[in-house]
Amino acid sequence: MGIYFLRRVLATIPVMAVVALFVFSLLYIAPGDPAAVIAGDQASPEQIAHIRASLGLDRPFIVRFGDWLWHIVHGDLGTSIFTNLPVSHMIAQRIEPTLSLMILTLVVSLVIAIPMGVVAAWKQGKWQDRLIMVFAVLGFSTPVFVIGYVLAFVFALQLRWLPVQGFVPIEQGFWPFLRTLILPAFTLGGIYIALIARITRASMLDVLSQDYVRTARAKGLGERPVLFVHALKNAAVPIVTVVGLGVALLIGGAVVTESVFAIPGLGRLTVDAILRRDYPVIQGVVLLFSFVYVLVNLAIDLLYTVFDPRIRY
Amino acid sequence: MRRRDFLATSLAAATSLAAPAIARGAEARVLRFVPQANLPNLDPVWGTQYVVRNASLLVFDTLFGIDASLTPHPQMCEGSETSDDGLVWRFRLRPGLKFHDGTQVLARDAVASLGRWMARDTMGQLIRARLDAMTASDDRAFEIRLKAPFPKLLFALAKGNPNLPAIMPERIAQTDPFKQISDIIGSGPMTFQKDEWVPGSRAVFARFDGYAPRNEPGNWMAGGKRIHFERIEWQIIPDPATAAAALQSGEVDWWETPLPDLVPLLRQSEDVRVDIADPLGNVGILRMNHLYPPFNDVRLRRALQMVANQPDYMRAIVGNDDALWKTMPSFITPGTPLYTEAGGEALSGKRDFAGAKKLLVEAGYGGEKVVMLVATDLIITKGQGDVSADVMAKAGFNVDYVATDWGTVGARRAKKDPPSQGGWNIFHTWLAGVDCINPAPNIAIHTTGPKAWFGWPDNPAIEAMIGDWYAAPDLASEKQQIEKINRASMEFVTFIPTGFFYGYQAWRREVGGIVKAPFPVFWDVKKA
Repeated sequence: MGIYFLRRVLATIPVMAVVALFVFSLLYIAPGDPAAVIAGDQASPEQIAHIRASLGLDRPFIVRFGDWLWHIVHGDLGTSIFTNLPVSHMIAQRIEPTLSLMILTLVVSLVIAIPMGVVAAWKQGKWQDRLIMVFAVLGFSTPVFVIGYVLAFVFALQLRWLPVQGFVPIEQGFWPFLRTLILPAFTLGGIYIALIARITRASMLDVLSQDYVRTARAKGLGERPVLFVHALKNAAVPIVTVVGLGVALLIGGAVVTESVFAIPGLGRLTVDAILRRDYPVIQGVVLLFSFVYVLVNLAIDLLYTVFDPRIRY
Repeated sequence: MRRRDFLATSLAAATSLAAPAIARGAEARVLRFVPQANLPNLDPVWGTQYVVRNASLLVFDTLFGIDASLTPHPQMCEGSETSDDGLVWRFRLRPGLKFHDGTQVLARDAVASLGRWMARDTMGQLIRARLDAMTASDDRAFEIRLKAPFPKLLFALAKGNPNLPAIMPERIAQTDPFKQISDIIGSGPMTFQKDEWVPGSRAVFARFDGYAPRNEPGNWMAGGKRIHFERIEWQIIPDPATAAAALQSGEVDWWETPLPDLVPLLRQSEDVRVDIADPLGNVGILRMNHLYPPFNDVRLRRALQMVANQPDYMRAIVGNDDALWKTMPSFITPGTPLYTEAGGEALSGKRDFAGAKKLLVEAGYGGEKVVMLVATDLIITKGQGDVSADVMAKAGFNVDYVATDWGTVGARRAKKDPPSQGGWNIFHTWLAGVDCINPAPNIAIHTTGPKAWFGWPDNPAIEAMIGDWYAAPDLASEKQQIEKINRASMEFVTFIPTGFFYGYQAWRREVGGIVKAPFPVFWDVKKA
């Protein structure tokens, strides 16, 4: 296991190198010019060229890529073209809101979706199953921003229970912190809950038809231990896989959710950077997201061994 | 009841009663403001966005400042003297001016700051071209010696559009004008709290106790800039619906640019006030590339001018709220002293599609593609692009509608390549009305060919007229020159103004003192 873990960690290096090359190349060929954005509407072409030169954007691809890679290897993600702040500082400022939002969304989704999927499988074909599946279809097909607006209208604007927007860091108190994240977490969780509930249901249906479940029931076990101890654990591998793959969904959804609720997270940082062509920030954030995704997949692979002892590395 | 219990109970009751008042007091000392856009930096010379200018006006001060009548007034200066030949300008700083780092503002700081500004700003470059010397005579006095008169010098030093002639310490002003400053030290009424800055989310300004406001009442960039808040917190809310909800729920106090679509909703709220933000509004622009066919032929530019219908453009931008727009057969901002409609018949009256088609035939237009760049991420550019595409198709142009984002338009419009090789024929944008009050800040009206703004119109006769305007000694002769410029620019079709439109601002009922201006004026704003 230890050797497998080490091998996987080492394998992230070439993966990240490919990602770095891909991101850099994509931005290089993408239309747009940060110098033109900086220079503003009234700038002359000469001024734009001067700014481009001062930013080093007029250098050849290979020189710029080599320079950037050299700094990355030394732990320096570069400096934002627009704010003049280190990219690592900007990411550090934004990581808490995004991480908090993703963790809370994950917790909310798992707590809601897994029981929903289990109940739907248990009551297959009955009204409970249909109701849950209707909810799942709605969750899947309703755009994130629509869910966000509806929740904000009802719970923030009409009932005034929760704030419309913003983020309070956890060091300013747990409840103020949680209050700002409840609506965004439910907004972002909609699609995730739907996905996990459907997979849980499908996986549970498969497991519930197995001989050992019939045996468990035959020996007099109650439905709750049958469902949640025997069946769910054996249905967990596909669920864990989907939870892992769904992190990409969360990252994509966070961009929209953070915009709707004005949360100063990495999603908004990415969008702002893309619109302005702030290359060092885009590259830094994409690298970080890729790294997180690789790590999540590694964690998922390791979790398989917990739920299914037959899996060995 | 025991004495101790009684005291404890009384204290608790008193505390609970006092708490809301304390909270209200704290609330009244902080203004929460939603700016038009993210604040990407705070360099008033390097940063050209309006949002940078707006924040800079809090942190930095200027030597002169324009008021609501567009007249320059001394701000950091006590006053100025001019020699009879107009070649020597002497300035003296007010006593007691301090930077946020506690050091005194000196004449050499002003000289260095103006030097950096002149390298970047359009009007600054005109001054630099005439500059003989700029020197500090003592700690508070400095002079500008010119080789040729420049009567608009005070207007240039007072101007409110980017790049801002803001004063900063000499050591900071010595930064390359094409590189961003790293220390945000000004002498304005608020200090920038860099440690609380989260770009894209929040920027905080704290009151500068060392600021010495002028005795006159505040009037735009002129007069006493008295701040009634300890902190002004800018909260960047990118989603307009969220900003509207935050204003309604009282989470923010003032929203600089509500979408016209959301204004009816805001007006329904008893707690929210809505009004026009900037009396100088904005001017829509259809810009053609004069370097390449078809618009290197004035007949085809005129054909497009004949079918461009300003009401259509304006409704595409602001919707059905007719209070938000005006037609303007002019290159000058309506309602300002130099406004003229001389030669504007080309843009007013019935649109002439038959005449346009005739011109297309006369000019030998063979159906070449007209590459039109449309930034679809901005409603102002998207709306204009849609209208242009429609009327051009009806007139017989073969339009290649390139839907993209503003970042791409910003880069591609700077390319002088042929349209078929990555260049362009048309793009749309807009200028703030304050940038169109005369030819000095209005870069779009200049026709200096390769040195002109994107589109590169070349017409030495119009440039000579603009030169005459710069030299005009009084308002009457300025008006004469502007009429000539307007008529000639309409005939040459330097660009097509697509109309004049306002924007709204909205604020909470408890906030008072908000005025209409081209930028948010924070001085004299109070909160109950």
